[in-house]
Amino acid sequence: MSFPWAKAYQPKSGLMRWIDERLPLPRLVFNSIGGGYEVPRNLNYMWNFAVLAGFALMLQIVTGIILAMHYAPAGTLAFQSVEHIMRDVNQGWLLRYAHANGASFFFIVTYIHIFRGLYYGSYKAPRELVWMLGVVILLLMMATAFMGYVLPWGQMSFWGAKVITGLFGAIPLVGEPIQQWLLGGFAPDNAALNRFFSLHYLLPFVIAGVVILHIWALHIPGSNNPTGVDIKSPRDTLPFHPYYTAKDGFGLGVFLIIYAAVTFYAPNYLGHADNYIPANPLSTPAHIVPEWYFWPFYAILRAFTVDFILPAKLWGVLAMFSAILLLFFLPWIDRSPVRSGNYRPTFQKFFWILVADVLVLGWVGGLPAEEPYVMISQLATMYYFAHFLIILPILSATERTLPLPSSIADSVLHGQQAESQPAGTTPRPATAE
Amino acid sequence: MVRLIAFLVGLGFCFIAGFSLITGAITYLTEPHEESVEHKFHLEARDLAFSFDGPFGKYDDQQLQRGFQVYKEVCSSCHSLSLVSFRNLSEIGYGEPEVKAIANQWQIEVPSIDPKTGEASSRKAIPADAFPSPYPNETAARAGNNNALPPDLSLIAKARHGGSAYVASLLTGYRDPATYKNEKGEALPAEIRPGQGLHFNPYFPNLNIAMPPPLAADGQVTYADGTNATRDQMAKDVSAFLAWTAEPRLENRHRTGLAVLIFLLIATALAYMAYQNIWAGAKQPPARGDGDDDFASGHGHPPTTGQKHL
Repeated sequence: MSFPWAKAYQPKSGLMRWIDERLPLPRLVFNSIGGGYEVPRNLNYMWNFAVLAGFALMLQIVTGIILAMHYAPAGTLAFQSVEHIMRDVNQGWLLRYAHANGASFFFIVTYIHIFRGLYYGSYKAPRELVWMLGVVILLLMMATAFMGYVLPWGQMSFWGAKVITGLFGAIPLVGEPIQQWLLGGFAPDNAALNRFFSLHYLLPFVIAGVVILHIWALHIPGSNNPTGVDIKSPRDTLPFHPYYTAKDGFGLGVFLIIYAAVTFYAPNYLGHADNYIPANPLSTPAHIVPEWYFWPFYAILRAFTVDFILPAKLWGVLAMFSAILLLFFLPWIDRSPVRSGNYRPTFQKFFWILVADVLVLGWVGGLPAEEPYVMISQLATMYYFAHFLIILPILSATERTLPLPSSIADSVLHGQQAESQPAGTTPRPATAE
Repeated sequence: MVRLIAFLVGLGFCFIAGFSLITGAITYLTEPHEESVEHKFHLEARDLAFSFDGPFGKYDDQQLQRGFQVYKEVCSSCHSLSLVSFRNLSEIGYGEPEVKAIANQWQIEVPSIDPKTGEASSRKAIPADAFPSPYPNETAARAGNNNALPPDLSLIAKARHGGSAYVASLLTGYRDPATYKNEKGEALPAEIRPGQGLHFNPYFPNLNIAMPPPLAADGQVTYADGTNATRDQMAKDVSAFLAWTAEPRLENRHRTGLAVLIFLLIATALAYMAYQNIWAGAKQPPARGDGDDDFASGHGHPPTTGQKHL
């Protein structure tokens, strides 16, 4: 679908006309990221991060494919082959640092993208499937990143693999067989390393496929916007190209400056020193932590310390997976008809508490499991679940929202003063279907 | 229905996390929690400046050569450098004949096979060889070191928190456990004094290290360039050398990074100007005109887009 006022594709040259008549690829590109895709004119910089995440995925695939040409996925060779890349492969140090930090930056932009969706209600009708496909992408990213971190076969690689696959061991009855089946043995070894490498190479392409579905589903209703109000007239929109390609170009530049500064001047800052020690099954590191982007979930995992009907470890595993899986149900948990947090003053406060809460979870997740950090993680875990599962359902039923602008164009013209609808009513105009 | 289930699941998780919190809090408040001895006596690495710090940092070849001399005369009797080859020494200023001579005269021979009999033997190192380990295997290394394994030093500066500063602090950080006092003036409890074959060193994470003090006295190494070989000087030089063995491409990285950042800053400035230029006049929607609610009209766009009506 597209808005009726969107431009139709007009080939500019004979060659493009020739191609378009036989394979309408130019038309597809034009209608999805070109002048034929109409986008709300009021998008702020928070809407830059989707493009940045797509760019990070491409960057990871390109650097990863070249790294795979020099890497050896065998227990006895993996560590040395990574050092071979760092020392003897031309620009190998750049490829590896770009890939390792690329993973971190992929998560940074993805997390910002997710929080943007949470604040502006981008998960609400009619974008539920866009949101759910996004959660699928997040899960795939986590699996890919975890397996990628195992490949250098350092101490954190090995013990991280052992701890994370050990989570499946918490499942009653079938836990241990599942863990052994995942690892291909009793502990991480050659079999695990080989399959992790194979899957680490496969999953990014699966992610790319789901990203296409994510964008496809997005293009049915079109992009959400900071007011959350539906597009009503041509005055509300601008074509993606050149307006948002130009804005994304600038955003990409800023992203690359920060990414390059870290990759070239602090390439090991986001990593862990212990991973420069070759994997040793007989020597446990004093303090096993996953990569920083897993810290909030790691904190939730470790927050459950009491056996209550089920063992504490199983509660931790259940809570950690629930913390992500609950996002699938968010469109039906939060039923407030107002999308944007700009018009939901109470929601806004809880949203910023959630942001602070996740940052606190990330902070304690990277620390040793000692008091008082465990108590802090328990408090933060309680708020995390309370926010999504208790506060949002109550809030969406009781909250008094602010009046919405009558249209995107009016909100741009008059700021937030322009209103024509009573508070709490849905802006549901007859969007051009 | 979804909301009801969500509400109950949320209550459940909050209840169990809260139960864990209360249990933990009671334990925390009722049971005495003593600071561990490691926590009380462990010292963070000293604040040391190296020539390769910062975005413009470069290795000082003179210092690396001095550090190599310390490695050769002190460390190499126990520690290997398996990821570095003799040929790599040409990167820190040694000429080709010097590298050949260093390899040829290296005190430890490289394991080999006798070409006549096929039996295990050893031969003199060549520039293509990595620095050999003084021990044939891990068991022999442990047997010779009171059951401690001297780690390979190739990556040590990246494999420890604090990096080169940690290595330098550790090398000069040995103290007498009987007289040592921490910043608060507390003496080391007698029961955690180092055991047989261990040495007290507050920079080492668990305070007791198996390695005996390697840099025992000033002048242990006679530097070829005449620098006064104090213990501090030797520790700093060998730490710099080990920083190089851990990250031999650092100078290349710093140079490339500068070029990349300059390029990106210019490109981003241009991208910003292009963005401002394209958006000039488009930030505000056009005034409400007739046909405004007519979806088929193109009045919504600034004239620059030159769009076709559907």
